[in-house]
Amino acid sequence: MSDDKSAAAYWAANLRIIKICLAIWALVSFGFAILLRPVLQMLPLSIGGTDLGFWFAQQGSILTFIALIFYYTWYMNRLDREFGVDEE
Amino acid sequence: MSQFTLNLLVVGGSFALYIAIAIWARAGTTSDFYAASRGVNPIVNGAATAADWMSAASFISMAGLIAFVGYGNSTFLMGWTGGYVLLALLLAPYLRKFGRFTVPEFIGDRFYSQTARVVAVICLLVISITYVIGQMTGAGVAFSRFLEVENTTGLLIASGVVFIYAVLGGMKGITYTQLAQYCVLITAYTIPAVFISLQLTGNPIPGLGLFSTHAESGVPLLTKLNQVLIELGFNDYTGHHGSTFNMFLFTMSLMIGTAGLPHVIIRFFTVPKVADARKSAGWALVFIALLYLTAPAVGAMARLNIITTIFPDGTSAAPITYDERPDWMRSWEKTGLLAFEDKNNDGRIQYYNDNSEEFASIAAERGWEGNEMVTFNRDILVLANPEIAQLPGWVLALIAAGGLAAALSTAAGLLLAISSAISHDMLKSVLMPNITDKQELLAARVSMAFAIVLATYLGLNPPGFAAQVVALAFGLAAATLFPALMMGIFSRKMNTQGAVAGMLVGLLATLLYIFTYLGWFFIPGTNMLPNSPDNWLLGISPLSFGAIGAALNFVVAYVVMRITAEPPAHIQDLVESIRVPRGAGSAVDH
Repeated sequence: MSDDKSAAAYWAANLRIIKICLAIWALVSFGFAILLRPVLQMLPLSIGGTDLGFWFAQQGSILTFIALIFYYTWYMNRLDREFGVDEE
Repeated sequence: MSQFTLNLLVVGGSFALYIAIAIWARAGTTSDFYAASRGVNPIVNGAATAADWMSAASFISMAGLIAFVGYGNSTFLMGWTGGYVLLALLLAPYLRKFGRFTVPEFIGDRFYSQTARVVAVICLLVISITYVIGQMTGAGVAFSRFLEVENTTGLLIASGVVFIYAVLGGMKGITYTQLAQYCVLITAYTIPAVFISLQLTGNPIPGLGLFSTHAESGVPLLTKLNQVLIELGFNDYTGHHGSTFNMFLFTMSLMIGTAGLPHVIIRFFTVPKVADARKSAGWALVFIALLYLTAPAVGAMARLNIITTIFPDGTSAAPITYDERPDWMRSWEKTGLLAFEDKNNDGRIQYYNDNSEEFASIAAERGWEGNEMVTFNRDILVLANPEIAQLPGWVLALIAAGGLAAALSTAAGLLLAISSAISHDMLKSVLMPNITDKQELLAARVSMAFAIVLATYLGLNPPGFAAQVVALAFGLAAATLFPALMMGIFSRKMNTQGAVAGMLVGLLATLLYIFTYLGWFFIPGTNMLPNSPDNWLLGISPLSFGAIGAALNFVVAYVVMRITAEPPAHIQDLVESIRVPRGAGSAVDH
């Protein structure tokens, strides 16, 4: 990339989306499945005879992880083209 | 046809397939051998990564680990998948852009230092060699159980097969055999699970069956399971019974450790583009999730099945008599992995939690004098699944082939990481920089052969700490390689001194903490403190220490970087260049 300013802007945009994705990554696993499970248990929601926290621990977090990676891939492909740093 | 002949046919057929692939995918250059010439389709690489990653532990042990603990062992599910998010976002695309062959090569070049390279090689060898021992012993056990050969013979056959395709094909051969191995192992895992889910819930998808209604009782499956467990004095399945703090730390350690495992990282060097590296991590997780979403269902359903087999008329009625036990119990009793003892001489099998103080009075009232299922090895669960569900013999044969595929595919990936660290990082980069590509390829094959001999030797003479070494491998990957790689990409100013100091502190702190509680080099009796929660520093389990080691690595590296000279301009430019995808194609033939 020739333009330093756009290089910095590209990297800043990348860091921003990484932070957002990692915040969701931590929320569903460390949050919903472990630390916030007692909070979720107070909600009048149940799934298959148990609480949402258990579901996040055994399935929900894995499904969220998959969605996060594909979203990040899609977002970065768009960002690469926008800043002209995609692969020819 | 006898079960033995069937096993032989299915396992033999799968091996013939792997060898045929190896002959087709021979390696002609070092680029073939180390990175399959970077021509692997990202979806194919995803499936190969899934087989590379899912070891005998994922295939055989994980469902059992979850079945006997329930919610608390969800750590394995989240930890072993969450690492792929870190890989896709923080490491894989940048390491692919860098366009090298090995993990120590990135660390050595980025930190412009042979010391950093050698430290990374040492970390890699400790991590990968400890990890490969478990795979070889796992393959040996699977052989001896299903093919009725001696453990030693089984291990030698397994090594022979790996030898053929790993030495001949390198990464290229390994990639396409891993693809075939993924298909074998996922089919083998899914078929019995689907039948069990159908029998219990009427839902053909095990992951959905787990949260469905139990057909027989009309209540949700998990409610039913909690109910029967509590009635027998066990902890409920969905409840939280351990330390929240350790659950958090252990999950974190597994995630960071997964992202730092060299044999997984090098798989991302094989795809053509940076964008493919991101996409490939997503596909890898899809293929892994097919097994990881099924495993908790297998665990819960198998646990319920065992209890209803022993208490066919409900937990309040009398259990079955020993003579009435099903055939699968009889056949596993022969292996010693399942054992009963009629403690109260009533001819029936009482299965309950005799460690529960609250339940003791109920047990006494019913005339029970202790849990009579005295041995139940957790690894039986998956292997006996087809028999529990009364499926035909070929499904059992498929499970044998699947278990072997899981162990061999992981072993091959690890062996490649070990041999390339020796031939490429030690020989070519440090000791003999002038060798030609042809000579290096020969050296890579020779070191691969040596790595297989070493792994076979260690598999035949396991150092007696097979269970703990996995914790060590994850802890070290988390505490050493992951932080060094991440700082190499995300901190332009990180220098040699910081990276080396960080890796060494992470390595030593983690080793010290684990050895303090598990014994020096795992030799029993040499631990300085008993391995129990009240002796742990701040209540941190040695298995969960990897995340702490990683934090120490980051902090030390940052502090040392601040007081030493910043990296030269060309290194800072290099960091700028790996942050953008354009130009990855030219890095193919470096």
